[in-house]
Amino acid sequence: MRHILSLLMENESGALSRVAGLFSARGYNIESLTVAPTEDPTLSRMTLVTRGSEQIIEQIIKQLNKLVDVVKLIDLTEGEHIERELMLIKIRTADENQRAEIGRLAEPNGGTLVDESGDTVTVELIGSGDQLDAFINSVERSSIIETVRTGASGISRGTRSLRI
Amino acid sequence: MELNGSEILVQFLKDEGVEYVFGYPGGAVLHIYDALFQQDDVRHVLVRHEQGATHAADGYARASGKPGVVLVTSGPGATNAVTGIATAYLDSIPLVVITGQVATPFIGSDAFQEVDSVGITRPCVKHNFLVKNREDLAATLKKAFYVATSGRPGPVVVDVPKDVTDPGIRIPYEYPQEVSLRSYNPVTKGHPGQIKRAIKLLRAAQQPMIYTGGGVVLSEASDELIALTHKLGFPITNTLMGLGAYPATDKQFVGMLGMHGTYEANMAMHECDVLLAIGARFDDRVTGKIAEFCPNAKIVHVDIDPASISKNVKVDIPIVGDVKHVLTELIRELGSRDGNVDSAALEKWWRQINEWKSHNCLQYDRDSDVIKPQFVIEKLYEITGGEAYVTSDVGQHQMWAAQFYKFDKPRRWINSGGLGTMGFGLPAALGVKLAFPDSDVACVTGEASIQMCIQELSTAMQYMLPVKVINLNNGYMGMVRQWQEFFYESRYSHSYVDALPDFVKLAESYGHIGIRIEKPADVEGALKEAFGHKDRLVFLDFLTDKTENVYPMIAAGKGHHEMHMTPECKAPQSSERELA
Ligand SMILES: Cc1cc2nc3c(=O)[nH]c(=O)nc-3n(C[C@H](O)[C@H](O)[C@H](O)COP(=O)(O)OP(=O)(O)OC[C@H]3O[C@@H](n4cnc5c(N)ncnc54)[C@H](O)[C@@H]3O)c2cc1C
Ligand SMILES: Cc1ncc(C[n+]2csc(CCOP(=O)(O)OP(=O)(O)O)c2C)c(N)n1
Ligand SMILES: [Mg+2]
Repeated sequence: MRHILSLLMENESGALSRVAGLFSARGYNIESLTVAPTEDPTLSRMTLVTRGSEQIIEQIIKQLNKLVDVVKLIDLTEGEHIERELMLIKIRTADENQRAEIGRLAEPNGGTLVDESGDTVTVELIGSGDQLDAFINSVERSSIIETVRTGASGISRGTRSLRI
Repeated sequence: MELNGSEILVQFLKDEGVEYVFGYPGGAVLHIYDALFQQDDVRHVLVRHEQGATHAADGYARASGKPGVVLVTSGPGATNAVTGIATAYLDSIPLVVITGQVATPFIGSDAFQEVDSVGITRPCVKHNFLVKNREDLAATLKKAFYVATSGRPGPVVVDVPKDVTDPGIRIPYEYPQEVSLRSYNPVTKGHPGQIKRAIKLLRAAQQPMIYTGGGVVLSEASDELIALTHKLGFPITNTLMGLGAYPATDKQFVGMLGMHGTYEANMAMHECDVLLAIGARFDDRVTGKIAEFCPNAKIVHVDIDPASISKNVKVDIPIVGDVKHVLTELIRELGSRDGNVDSAALEKWWRQINEWKSHNCLQYDRDSDVIKPQFVIEKLYEITGGEAYVTSDVGQHQMWAAQFYKFDKPRRWINSGGLGTMGFGLPAALGVKLAFPDSDVACVTGEASIQMCIQELSTAMQYMLPVKVINLNNGYMGMVRQWQEFFYESRYSHSYVDALPDFVKLAESYGHIGIRIEKPADVEGALKEAFGHKDRLVFLDFLTDKTENVYPMIAAGKGHHEMHMTPECKAPQSSERELA
């Protein structure tokens, strides 16, 4: 099962490598990992997407909690939550028609054209991982020049929250 | 008080109550060594190799219950310490290892003797720190001691760049009395609801078993364990790390379990219906094949580390907490004298266990003309009255020491279980002797293991640490040879230790006494003589049977009921036993 873990960590050098090191040392899989500071400069927040059996996820959570730099952790997938990922995708377009076509594909998915230069367009898309995958699949493979994705970040719905 | 960084470090150790620092100097720690030189409160023990420093500090910690402290230089000093840090990590031993580092402006420049000590040690420490400012030094050291010794203990590395210890810059120092880490709050009390559920299960048990490990030793909970076990009347087994926490001579003790555990302990594990696991981590040497581990049992597991629970074996009633607290609660909840257990069922269960016991699985040939290693340990036990601190190295000798020295007290059996580090025994014995100068300390070792830290014989001389080295010299890496005999059709690939030194002369050249013993009849006399030399290190080189094997043995990946037994023992061999 896919799980989205959200962590508050001490904003210290080394904290990220402890998490990454834990995953490689114990052979856990990381689908994506994002980390950035929060409104509290002493804390950074990480979102980690991983897959595994219930037993493995339980171990992952316990092992992460054991890291001295991890202040708090929740499994977002245990409750209602919002998952968002940002993607920038640069696509080669032969003509005006194709550019319009890309625009038509992007818009219903909330995408915007953020750059049009020469024979390329760049689309910015925000959504769940699946939505971004779906968009990539809808574009002709050979016309994709590059994609860059932030990896998922997420937040619980309603009153459930991750704070100290 | 205004102090420079080096003085702060040393003053802090003093304020923290540190008696001994095990270390080895070098460029990055020279300022600190200079500060050490100018005081005599904190005593420095100069080892001959940084691995020795970590093992000596570790032995000191295991015997005394206090954290072991190590000081090494940057680069090779730090890398040499890694084996000892990992050894402590796998057995959850509290160490604070201070490593020198190149000065902060040089970090990352491949400077002389620079390695990323924090990076290298990250996977084998409980936590580590790089101190970037001298203002943070005292507080960081305080955190290090707190993290190392609380919760599930473990080694903590503090990497200190040279400029932080600059003797020219003084800042105010005050011993940090308080420490708090918002991200680190180990649990102590067990959940009362879980404790009640456990009691219910224990009372209903027909064929119960108690399995305890190193957590009982670490928690100083021997008395509570004895009280609970007596109250319940259940059979009890200990892991290799848990030996001594329950008296081996008590009649409810059925011996060690696992790969080289007793027939009765392993059979009882296999047949039990309720397992009470306390401060043990279901290691693969203990469980054997997971699918066949305690196939009929409901399991209660008490452990301070939630990650130990249901890691390898799914348990039914987890209790996260400190062993001492939880056992006290269990005893209280059990109330009445006999704990209200099913005594009729228990009586029947004991009959079965006593039948298993009657096979006497630890038999060996007592009429042999060559010295049997088991015999040496039995005599060691007799002559030291069971009161010695026994350290060991890794191999067959380690298993025989565990099987034949009946430890009645915790912290007397000191060995590397998790990492299985050859070279541990001798330096660990030195650490123990410093902690308990008036007690007998024996290092049971093999001719291969002892050579991995033999240089510490020199440290023993310098500090007058009269430990006794019991070298069970079978001329082989016996444990390796045994596996090759069993599983590789006796192809003894590189397990013969050729070109051995003359250990007697070697001991003498370090200034100690060396004795070679070749006949069974001389074993007792030699041991008596050695322990008679109260102020000398004696190296006893016992030439033992080269082909002796450790029994019982469960091959890796087999179940508890599939033991190989010694030919001396009449217990059914694994092939004859019903493989249910
Ligand atoms: C050659 C060789 C052969 C071996 N053969 C065997 C064998 O036959 N049988 C055997 O048993 N072992 C054997 N071992 C040792 C084995 O590898 C493990 O080291 C050992 O089994 C682990 O012991 P343990 O489960 O007691 O755990 P430990 O490593 O001692 O861990 C302690 C556990 O207690 C917990 N704990 C710590 N403090 C507390 C506290 N205050 N309160 C609550 N819980 C706490 C920890 O979280 C941890 O889970 C062998 C090793 C070697 C080198
Ligand atoms: C540092 C290290 N290297 C290798 C091993 C693997 N190993 C385990 S036991 C053993 C042989 C030990 O031989 P010896 O010390 O003579 O003890 P014996 O088994 O003969 O009693 C070896 C090589 C180890 N445990 N540690
Ligand atoms: Mg040997």
